[in-house]
Amino acid sequence: MTRKSKTSVRSLRAVFAAPLAMCVLSLIGLVSALAGDGLADWLSWAALAVPVLAVAWAMRRRRRQG
Amino acid sequence: MTRGTIRAWYLVHKWTSLICTLFLLMLCITGLPLIFHDEIDALSGEPDQSAVVGAASSSDGPGLKPLDAMLAKVLATTPGDVPVFMAFDNETPLMTITTAPRPGSKGAEMTIHVLNRATGEMTGRETEEGLMHFLLQLHTDMFLGLPGMLFLGMMGLLFFIALVSGTVLYAPFMRKLDFGTLRVSRSERLRQIDYHNLLGIVALAWMSVVGLTGVINAAATPLRQMWQMGELAEMTRTYKGQPPLPPSRYGSVDKAMAEVRKARPGNNPQFIAFPGGSFSSQHHYAVFLQGTNKLTEHVLTPALVDAEKGVLTDIRQMPWYMVALSYSQPLHFGDYGAVPLKILWAILDLFTLYILWTGIRLWLGKRRSSADAHVSEVESGGLVVPAE
Repeated sequence: MTRKSKTSVRSLRAVFAAPLAMCVLSLIGLVSALAGDGLADWLSWAALAVPVLAVAWAMRRRRRQG
Repeated sequence: MTRGTIRAWYLVHKWTSLICTLFLLMLCITGLPLIFHDEIDALSGEPDQSAVVGAASSSDGPGLKPLDAMLAKVLATTPGDVPVFMAFDNETPLMTITTAPRPGSKGAEMTIHVLNRATGEMTGRETEEGLMHFLLQLHTDMFLGLPGMLFLGMMGLLFFIALVSGTVLYAPFMRKLDFGTLRVSRSERLRQIDYHNLLGIVALAWMSVVGLTGVINAAATPLRQMWQMGELAEMTRTYKGQPPLPPSRYGSVDKAMAEVRKARPGNNPQFIAFPGGSFSSQHHYAVFLQGTNKLTEHVLTPALVDAEKGVLTDIRQMPWYMVALSYSQPLHFGDYGAVPLKILWAILDLFTLYILWTGIRLWLGKRRSSADAHVSEVESGGLVVPAE
């Protein structure tokens, strides 16, 4: 990210955009495996993996930036 | 957000977290192996149940022995005991029959017999021993029974308030920061704060669901009593005032089951509660039917059959709070989406542990600082560190 975006003040919407997406995906993941097998299970695993992958992404990005 | 508002939410976050953290640490640590209890049981020499062939014991498939014959077999080996539960499996012909000295006996006095409904053999007893059972007991009630369960439920509620207040504080903290910011080289405190916030916000929905379903599970006993005294009493009101049916007059379980299947073809039982226990009336076999598809199989519908005459008394949907309890079990245990879901459950459990751990460290590090100093720390995104 650019230096400019580091100092500017974010709106509430901007702060919660990614967290809200994580919440929605988590809830889809929690419910879909409850509703069915097969494809529903795969959807569940993929959706619940997003919060985990977000942390991995943040850690990698941190390392790249030094 | 004004400083006053941040200060109020900061104090809510601090105190709700402080009170529940030690118990939540215990719950996360004991919960981790419990996620994999099926796999661990299989590894530690428990007989591999999936290898048993035959029709599912919950079905009326071919080759299954009558329930009355299975019951007679068990009662012959436990003179003086009465039957209290019969429970079925959806994969194998294995089933359990629980006996106790009296119809209303406490759980500790019960004996659980495992049987194979295809061969008609008794295969053993389920023991309430071993590490997994110890962990489960610790996780459920800390060996304190109902008070312990309700206490842990309260801790779960505080945990949820801590999640909400933490999310509120996330807004002023992240005002000038990108999502996913991890400042790992400036100071140990900043590193811990950033990890605490990132893990907390990504696992928020999972922690909320597992936390709140844990609270509902902790209230299982009062919820069931409410159902027994309300709905169940209403379903069996014509029996009110009659003396309890003695076990010597219990009629055929197969006849009762046939009556239920006639009324609800396609629904299989999960378990049958015998008269006088905490799941039935004094006069009925309570047959708890599962739904017919994956979404509804968790929701049980009680069918009450007169235990002496074998006549159906009533079938009624569970009230909403019992439906909520039914869904709270899989959503808390994470056992409904095969091994990959269990692995995700474990990772998110570890995230929660790290959130609790960094929370303690952050509090310990600056616990003598004023609330105002902490508000400044939140407002500045962690840059204004409270002085000691």
